Amino acid sequence: MNYEHIPAEKFRFVQENEILRDKELQTKSRSFFADAMLRFSKNKSSVIATWILLFLLLYAFIAPILSPYSIWEQDKILVNYAPYVPEVARMGIGILDGASVYTSQNDASMNYWKGIAQETGMDPVIGVVGTHESTVKVRGQDVVRYTYDLEVNSYYALGILYRTLSYDEYEAIQNWQNETGIQVIYPYVEQSDIQGISDRPNIWYQVDGKGSAVTDADGNLIPMYSTREEIAGPEYHSIRIPGDPGNYIYAYSKSGAVQCRVLYYNYYIYMNGHEPSFLMGTNAMGQDIFCGIGVGARFSLLFALLVSAINLTIGAVYGAVQGYYGGWVDMTLDRIADVLSGVPFVVVTTLFQLHLAKKVGVVPSFLFAFVLTGWIGMAALTRRQFYRFKGQEFILAARTLGASDSRLMFKHIFPNGIGSIITSCALVIPGVISSETSMTYLGIVDLSSFAGTTIGTLLSQGNAVVTTSPHAILFPSIFLGLLMICFNLFGNGLRDAFNPTTRGEED
Amino acid sequence: MVKYTIQRVVYMFCVFMIITLMCFVLIRMLPLPALAPNDPHTTILELRRESLGYNKPYLVQFGIFLKNIVTKWDWGVSEKLYIGRDVWQVFLEKLPATMIVNLYSILWTIPVGIALGILAALKKNTWVDYTISTLTMVVISVPSFVYAFLVQYIFCFKLRWFPFLMKGGTDYFSLEMFRSIIPPVLSLSFGVIAGFCRTTRAELTEVLTSEFMLLARTKGLTKAQATVRHALRNCFVVVVPGIFGEFIGIIGGSLIIERIFSIPGVGGLTLNAINGLDYNIFMLSTCFYTAIGLVASLVVDISYGFIDPRIRMGSKK
Repeated sequence: MNYEHIPAEKFRFVQENEILRDKELQTKSRSFFADAMLRFSKNKSSVIATWILLFLLLYAFIAPILSPYSIWEQDKILVNYAPYVPEVARMGIGILDGASVYTSQNDASMNYWKGIAQETGMDPVIGVVGTHESTVKVRGQDVVRYTYDLEVNSYYALGILYRTLSYDEYEAIQNWQNETGIQVIYPYVEQSDIQGISDRPNIWYQVDGKGSAVTDADGNLIPMYSTREEIAGPEYHSIRIPGDPGNYIYAYSKSGAVQCRVLYYNYYIYMNGHEPSFLMGTNAMGQDIFCGIGVGARFSLLFALLVSAINLTIGAVYGAVQGYYGGWVDMTLDRIADVLSGVPFVVVTTLFQLHLAKKVGVVPSFLFAFVLTGWIGMAALTRRQFYRFKGQEFILAARTLGASDSRLMFKHIFPNGIGSIITSCALVIPGVISSETSMTYLGIVDLSSFAGTTIGTLLSQGNAVVTTSPHAILFPSIFLGLLMICFNLFGNGLRDAFNPTTRGEED
Repeated sequence: MVKYTIQRVVYMFCVFMIITLMCFVLIRMLPLPALAPNDPHTTILELRRESLGYNKPYLVQFGIFLKNIVTKWDWGVSEKLYIGRDVWQVFLEKLPATMIVNLYSILWTIPVGIALGILAALKKNTWVDYTISTLTMVVISVPSFVYAFLVQYIFCFKLRWFPFLMKGGTDYFSLEMFRSIIPPVLSLSFGVIAGFCRTTRAELTEVLTSEFMLLARTKGLTKAQATVRHALRNCFVVVVPGIFGEFIGIIGGSLIIERIFSIPGVGGLTLNAINGLDYNIFMLSTCFYTAIGLVASLVVDISYGFIDPRIRMGSKK
């Protein structure tokens, strides 16, 4: 076909009489933030992390309210007790039953557990997890002895304690017993009747010189309750134990007060109005760990937010000045930052604590320690952004129009770098929480009088009893680990969303 | 290069002196701990304080402090924890325990970390990569005391493979000591492995997609040859300085790990000095940690220059 000589009639106007217009935009315009959020929501791991993070934040603020305990309530007796919720424990499904394992329990201790079960009606033994057989020579004969590893409900195992009560309290407990039908006070046992054993109030039966039970022909324990009316305190007019012929005494008179054998579990109900119930157990201070984690995390989060906000502001201004003016200003400020960043954080924290803690309080001086060096990273970041943008044409244009230095810095340059600055903030928070936890863990900073407790304190208390009460360190560890992972995933997701060019480079 | 190195060293030294001066003044400003009365040491310690110029201006005190260090390497004596003993001697006793733990951990973590990083980068966007990257992410986020707790509880308590705490004594290379060192080494290692894995993967994926790799393949190298000769070398520009930095860091150790496994090291000494207000020991550890941090960053900077000529050229401008 000949393209050079196309006859004129082959041509036709595309448009002759109508006016040409641009098509109206069919799509909606999206702002920078909306775009970033869209990219963020496509990143599945970050979205999941955000949800878990929200849950953890919620936990931190709700748990102290939900818990029946306050962080300032420190039980002197229920120390390092395993997780226990009575309603769940009674179902007998093996969780939340306050179980801790007692190893090498011989027959004497089996009788001890039996004694508690028989007297209080609360059987501490949940189950036998191991039986060991050993052969010992007794008077030339081989005798097989068994020892057991028991799972014991530590709340029941506590059993009965000696308590010295005033007459009023003694009377009040009796009235409460009559009202509720829950027995707190148990018959008194004289030490002289149980071979002078004074440290084990749970022994109410006849024992030999070594403290082992002496049983009757049927293998039953023989009660040794005192019936001496002359040593008894004021009259007892409340619930008596089954099998009481009516002459057991329930209190031992001391000058102006009485000493009683008190079932601690029921005494606890009397004192607090509810059964002991610790979803995550108690720590070395007798605090509820469920509440403690919430209180500690709440403090950590608020503290980290405050630190990041201050550091962000200082760093942004410092970096802006550095980056905008450059030259010797940049040089001088950079040297100052170098010196400050060279001081180890432990040293900074310690010095601030030693110098300022008495004058301005522990928390402000801890805050200063974070602020002293924390802004340096932010300043470097802002400085880089400024170097990137300050030579560009739109800055020149603004300057020509007479914009002042500060207007140029914060109205024209700074907003361009805001994305990367925001995202680095999301990664600063977990860093602050982590250092805060380390410092409280090491005991360099002690925040427990201010905040009640912190995750670091909980961890360090738990670490001391890791073999006997692993729950005391397990739950704070899980919480902290989860919090850190989620914060980092969330931060990485934000960074990728705001800064698509660096996607996947660093994770 | 020589000029650059000298410049950096001199600069670092100045920073070190300024930090030391600041910390020195701040420590001397603290109220002095009271000495036990009627103790024969007290008179000597008081005389010592007098000769160190405790009543003179801080700058004079700092001068005396520096003079003692330069002429006699005298860092003062311990006034609380190890009464009357030379601080430097105490410090030297503690150093090997810290170093040995960190040395073992470095020796096996760096190869493993880099190998995992390379594997992840080569298998990018497969399940291998996803698994390694996710694990790295998780491991980096979780603080070291959580691992320490897990290691201690599972391996030392439940399984009873290792002793619960580090063995005392100075037989650092005996088998028994080695066994007791494994738990802290393990706890330290997770973070280091993850760190190296992440850096290596990030660098290598970037290098693998660059154009010279395509050129290398076009001129006839196999994928393995191209990766080993070109990609790995370029990726090590970033990784190797990290290794140097980490090696310097081993002397510093980890306060937390040392405390959990009761390692008789520098970290424990520092903590004790802080809690016992033994200022001379604290001053020495301050200088020590500062120096470690500065030297590590210096070595990283200089090694960048040695490994990558572009950076060296940049410094001459």
